[in-house]
Amino acid sequence: MEFPILSILILLPLVAGIAVLFMGANAARWTALLTTLACFVLGIVLWANYQIGGPRWQFVEYAEFAQGALVPAWALGIDGIALMLIMLSVFLMPICIGASWRAIQNRVPEYMAAFLLMEALMIGVFAAQDLMLFYIFFEGGLIPMYLIIGIWGGVEKIKAAYKFFLYTLAGSVLMLVAMLYMVLTAGTSFIPDLMAYDFAPGVQWWLWLAFFASFAVKMPMWPVHTWLPDAHVQAPTAGSVILAGVLLKMGGYGFVRFSLPMFPDASADFVPLVFGLSGIAVVYTSLVALVQKDMKKLIAYSSVAHMAFVTFGLFAFNRQGIEGALVVMLSHGLVSGALFLCVGVIYDRLHTREIARYGGLADNMPGYALLFLLFTMASVGLPGTSGFVGEFLALVGTYEMSSWGAIVATTGIILGAAYMLWLYWRICYGTQKNADAAAMPDLDKREWLLLAPIAAVVMWMGVYPESFLAPMRDDVGLLLERLETAAPEGDAHLTEGDPSAAAAEAEHHEDAHAAGEAAQ
Amino acid sequence: MTYNFAAILPELILIFGEPVLMLTASTMGSRATKITTWGTVALLVAASAVLLLTGEPSTGGVLFGGLLVADSFATFGKLLIFGSAAVTIIAAHRWFGHKDEHGPEYPVLVLLATVGMAVMVSSTSLVTLYVGLELNSLAAYVLASYRRTDARSAEAGLKYFVLGGLASGILLYGMSLLYGFTGTTQFTGIAAAFGRAETMSLGLLFGLVFTFAGLAFKVSAVPFHMWTPDVYEGAPTPVTAFFASAPKVAAMLLTVRVAIEALGPAIDAWRQIVVFAALASILLGAVAAWGQTNLKRLLAYSSINNVGFALIGLAAGGAAGVSSVLFYMAVYVVMTVGAFLVVLQLVDDKGEPVEEIERISGLSRRRPGLAAALAVFMFSLAGIPPLFGFWPKLLVFNAAVDAGLIWLAVVGILGTVVGAFYYLKIIKVMYFDDEHGEPVGTVRAPLEMAFILIAALFVSPLGYLLIGPIGEAANTAAAALF
Repeated sequence: MEFPILSILILLPLVAGIAVLFMGANAARWTALLTTLACFVLGIVLWANYQIGGPRWQFVEYAEFAQGALVPAWALGIDGIALMLIMLSVFLMPICIGASWRAIQNRVPEYMAAFLLMEALMIGVFAAQDLMLFYIFFEGGLIPMYLIIGIWGGVEKIKAAYKFFLYTLAGSVLMLVAMLYMVLTAGTSFIPDLMAYDFAPGVQWWLWLAFFASFAVKMPMWPVHTWLPDAHVQAPTAGSVILAGVLLKMGGYGFVRFSLPMFPDASADFVPLVFGLSGIAVVYTSLVALVQKDMKKLIAYSSVAHMAFVTFGLFAFNRQGIEGALVVMLSHGLVSGALFLCVGVIYDRLHTREIARYGGLADNMPGYALLFLLFTMASVGLPGTSGFVGEFLALVGTYEMSSWGAIVATTGIILGAAYMLWLYWRICYGTQKNADAAAMPDLDKREWLLLAPIAAVVMWMGVYPESFLAPMRDDVGLLLERLETAAPEGDAHLTEGDPSAAAAEAEHHEDAHAAGEAAQ
Repeated sequence: MTYNFAAILPELILIFGEPVLMLTASTMGSRATKITTWGTVALLVAASAVLLLTGEPSTGGVLFGGLLVADSFATFGKLLIFGSAAVTIIAAHRWFGHKDEHGPEYPVLVLLATVGMAVMVSSTSLVTLYVGLELNSLAAYVLASYRRTDARSAEAGLKYFVLGGLASGILLYGMSLLYGFTGTTQFTGIAAAFGRAETMSLGLLFGLVFTFAGLAFKVSAVPFHMWTPDVYEGAPTPVTAFFASAPKVAAMLLTVRVAIEALGPAIDAWRQIVVFAALASILLGAVAAWGQTNLKRLLAYSSINNVGFALIGLAAGGAAGVSSVLFYMAVYVVMTVGAFLVVLQLVDDKGEPVEEIERISGLSRRRPGLAAALAVFMFSLAGIPPLFGFWPKLLVFNAAVDAGLIWLAVVGILGTVVGAFYYLKIIKVMYFDDEHGEPVGTVRAPLEMAFILIAALFVSPLGYLLIGPIGEAANTAAAALF
């Protein structure tokens, strides 16, 4: 038997999570940190052993508890998309533990246990190959997050915790009914089988809507995004990081893994709906972000706007769009996580998130201003950062599908630059109005250790995205094959250019070819 | 006609053990209570052991000219009933402690009720059904008013008695109509009569409706649920724990047997009743629980809510539906008994029981283990995965979808979201709120703690490992009805 690396990745944090409950505060901190670091190392092993171009599902494990299609089997296995999202989770987790090192003084063992449980469930979501197992992991994540927001949250933590829990639960239960129907119809709950199963077009419609209800809330899409600002603002810094970094990605992952391959016809029918909602989200939430006085809220609204690029790209039905959406997911996971950490850094010093209380921090916190600037630029989508790669690809894809969609989406880039740069200006530049803010010390060693790795990865992804795109390329290709018959015609009507001019790089050629096919 | 007494050996053990215990107790003075308590537990364990060891079908089908049946459906129910009765008796013994109110008759009353329930789940005739039901109810009325010095307890007993009498009347009326229009009290005969009738006569329809009304009272399904919160709140907590577990299982299994065995051919007629009762119970159980301030009252609404989910499985009908109901009740009993065992441990520094929700605020700091256990039970009752309470809910919804009742599954599952709100409230009070400042007492109850731990482990994700055995048992039991 092979080394069950995925099971270990799930069970290790779970066991450690139970163990820390019986420890003192300091022991719990160190155990949590070491466990998450161990998971990160395992994640690197996973990536290193992942064969690009190998079988579609790798590191497969299978065990059954009992007979019956419905009974969840312990079926694990990942493709490139899941691999990247697992990497994102295990990368952010030690940073979250580090960010809570001093900020959390209250009930530390329980806090660390909640985070470790969260990690186990997140990895489970991305690794599950059984529909019911997926649902159990997907929904199970509500419990630790509810506790994290509710126990260690801010002033209005209770309202935020309830809103988070009930919104997400209400979205998901309809998906459960759809899943039951699917298992009964297809006679299997094995996800790879279901991805190849053709449901009747009329049925697809309803199933798609049920899944959409869940993923749209999780994503979140306008108009069901209202739980997000509350949850972000009230959650402790590390909670916001994990929420923005990984939990929101489950919505996009759901679209890629379920909605698109399982219901291709319905997905094609609903493109106008998705584009409409995403278009509103981009413009509306960007404008809302502009007028926020609370830093965390501003970043929360910017998350909604960025997630709209993901939905735009995924439902563009072409390679650029889907790859772009996946890169936006990874990039946003890093960048928004880093931005929340940046907020956390100054919140820990002054205990306020009000933008107006800061100003001119570049003078007394130059190191902080530098990193914050980098993440702001990545969020805006400056070339050379991860944000650019994803957003550009997603917009190219969108343009092929719908010119109007691309036009609306692009305003989001402009508005995004407006609110992010203005935020940066108000916090780091200008004159120092407040003496207490002016007296804050620069980043200490711990904070450097938290932010520098993210900065490095953000640059890496911006300069050489191939490392991240390569594992996912084949899976996107398989997805496109599945979607081929259903893909709606775009309005761009691209014609293939002169090959001799464009054939500088084989890859580009392939892209153009795929785009040409999509346009036909 | 031969009488197969071996098949009712578990009941016989209980019936003959009970007077022996009473007589022994009368000569034992102050130690009597202890003797009857452990004696009763021993009897229940012995009866369960007999059930497990003989197994079926050696117990043989229909007995005594069609009055009783010892099939695997009855065995499934009896095991749940005996087990939960034994646990609640043990918990009661410590809770009542050395108070004057506690007497040797308490476990005996529970035992009598248990015999009644065993008859309920194995009856195949309207007559034995009623005898079993009343044997259970009469003991239950006394148990509800067991705390003589507490006015609330007396009130609970009286309410239970009056409303229970009314429900029995309704049930009897329905049964007499069924008998009058079919000419038999046998379930199989009634089913045959329903099968023969091309259009259902008004008499049969009325009989069916009244029978279901009476049964709905016993399982406390809306709109016949009104007694539940008052009785649960007023009765002494161990009694409430008992009410919420064993009789609930017995009544639900009885309803299933009547619906499938006696009224099976009329499924289209009763399905609408069951669907209405299910949805109304889910919604009322969820909404009415929001404003509750008393833990026991809240758990009463929780039980109404859960009965609604189990009824969805019945509405689905078929072997899969019945199997899902059985699975649901098995998990429900463990969650409920577990939750009540935690409530039984909550006392203030004078040793008085704590029942108000606000008084357990900040419990997670003072009694972290207890709070964690209650949180697990609450999340599980709410049906949130990965806890095991999710699985039976999934099974009943699956049965509904399989039967083509997708809309029922959708409405029901939305009901879980509404219901989740108040389960979360308990967790919020224990974990998010500040401490109340009131001193809290500790009870030394290692046995109960062990039970709580076992129940918590059962509803934890480890429970999924039991899907195989429990599901198999439930399937076999359900198959016995078809």
